[in-house]
Amino acid sequence: MELIGQGIVKAIELVFGGDSEVWAITWLSLKISGTATLISLLWGIPLGIALALSRFPGRAIAVALVNTGMGLPPVVVGLFISILFWRSGPVGFLELIYTPSAMIIAQVVIALPIVAGVTMAAFQSLDPNLALQLIGIGASKRQALWLLCKEARLPLLAAVMAGFGAVISEVGASMMVGGNIRGQTRVLTTATVLETGKGNFDAAIALGLILLALCFALNLFLSHVQQRGQLKWPRLS
Amino acid sequence: MAEALLALCDVRVQHGSSTVLRLHFAVHVGEVVVVIGPNGAGKSTLLRVMGLLQRPSSGSVYFHGEQATAKNSLAMRRHMASVFQEPLLLDGTVYDNAALGLKLRGFRRDEIERELRPWLKRLGIDHLAERRARTLSGGEAQRTSLVRGLVLDPSLLLLDEPFAALDAPTRETLLLDLREILAETGITAVMVTHDLKEAAALGQRIGVLHRGELLQLGPQLEVFRRPVNEAAASIVGMETRIAAVAERTEGQITTMRFNGGSANVTGDFPAGAQVTLCIRPEDIRISRHGDGKSCAKSDVHIKTKIARIAPSIAEYRISLRADCGCLTALVSKPSFDGLSLREGDEALASFSPDAIHGI
Repeated sequence: MELIGQGIVKAIELVFGGDSEVWAITWLSLKISGTATLISLLWGIPLGIALALSRFPGRAIAVALVNTGMGLPPVVVGLFISILFWRSGPVGFLELIYTPSAMIIAQVVIALPIVAGVTMAAFQSLDPNLALQLIGIGASKRQALWLLCKEARLPLLAAVMAGFGAVISEVGASMMVGGNIRGQTRVLTTATVLETGKGNFDAAIALGLILLALCFALNLFLSHVQQRGQLKWPRLS
Repeated sequence: MAEALLALCDVRVQHGSSTVLRLHFAVHVGEVVVVIGPNGAGKSTLLRVMGLLQRPSSGSVYFHGEQATAKNSLAMRRHMASVFQEPLLLDGTVYDNAALGLKLRGFRRDEIERELRPWLKRLGIDHLAERRARTLSGGEAQRTSLVRGLVLDPSLLLLDEPFAALDAPTRETLLLDLREILAETGITAVMVTHDLKEAAALGQRIGVLHRGELLQLGPQLEVFRRPVNEAAASIVGMETRIAAVAERTEGQITTMRFNGGSANVTGDFPAGAQVTLCIRPEDIRISRHGDGKSCAKSDVHIKTKIARIAPSIAEYRISLRADCGCLTALVSKPSFDGLSLREGDEALASFSPDAIHGI
């Protein structure tokens, strides 16, 4: 108990005492995971929509791949990205290993299937005749697609939350492809692992709490947007 | 007849190896056509093809004399509006939903207000304008969906069983509202339905769709009284069908003999031809045996036994069994009560020869 108490005190000191390294690590975490989430949304949403709305041979396999990808272990992603980007690896000449870019790539691989899968489910929950009715009152295909996205905006926000939540909190891939280099690729999760390993439990707890607060703040905001104007469910007794 | 507004030429729609639709069809400016048919006849497919929402497997669609292609179909669709059985409204207010078609066409906010307000009032949903569409009742939602289409001032309004999901009183008032609106605006409309009452209330011309083929298309009275074949007769509600043989023709009158009687029917049939005599249920009267009610001498009388009585509020549907087959009569409740008939009783079915249509 004493440990946790000390940790909290230390955390408050670190956060509000203006420890520049903690803030730098937090900022880097946000930058890497934010960029990775953004890229995943840009690719994952169109991919999810395509999987939900189109029929093509091999679609079942593509859907199964996406669903498998939703549960991809970050360590495995880290392993394969490392092999690829290793100096002697197939794309080693890019010299990306142990850089934030490599971490972003790994996190995109983790978040993309999650975003695509949740998007697909969001679109499949719409009435299949909705698009037809929109076109029936004069929507172009592009307009109909945009209206469908707006209609599915609540579950699409879930895709954002799930994608960001997965990458901000993963440690395996970041550790392996980033290398946890101080001032360069050290993020909240890898720093927590390091501090715990060194026995600095108070610092580890402080970093963990910052990570939790970050996730909570973001999800609080998105949930607020998502739940605004939701119809109330009747009380089920 | 005015020019064809929309024409389907040799249109065929296939689903795999089965043909869902195969017909020629043209709608003229200013008319209201109702296509009736049982479930699975291809009614919705017909409307989707007409509304350029589905491309036919073969054949072509002409709008204002111009063939629809992938390129010009959006421009054509913007002169049409479709209303469906289930009005799927977007999450938003009634006003937003009703304005959607105008928004898609790039109307400005003040133009939308000017166009939309009168229609919201006309359909009686102006007071709901700021309500969220998802909290509406079925009738209110369908009214919203009708405004959404009508406000576009379409050259062609396509209605896919718009009343089927509504309860009876809502359906009747909305049907009459729509009838008035179509008469006032002169909007060309095509509605598909399985409901004969709706067809009778709205359709100037009636089409009969059966297994994807248009069996008949003509003025209401003609289609309801002179179906071209037995399938059409069954769809338009000519429930009584008696197998008969033509005996001799004098002028335009042919004497038909059937099991247990004979009748003089208008029409020229070769002697010995197998003919089906069709009679609408409301044309058949029922009386007790031998009470010799005042009926015309030329009337056809058939001895029957009451097989089943289906009571309702205003009229009773009575199934009768006779030597020549089964007859169905529709009798008003007061006159049925006066007869005090029960299932199993003997009764005399009578009808005028003019009510008989031979096919």
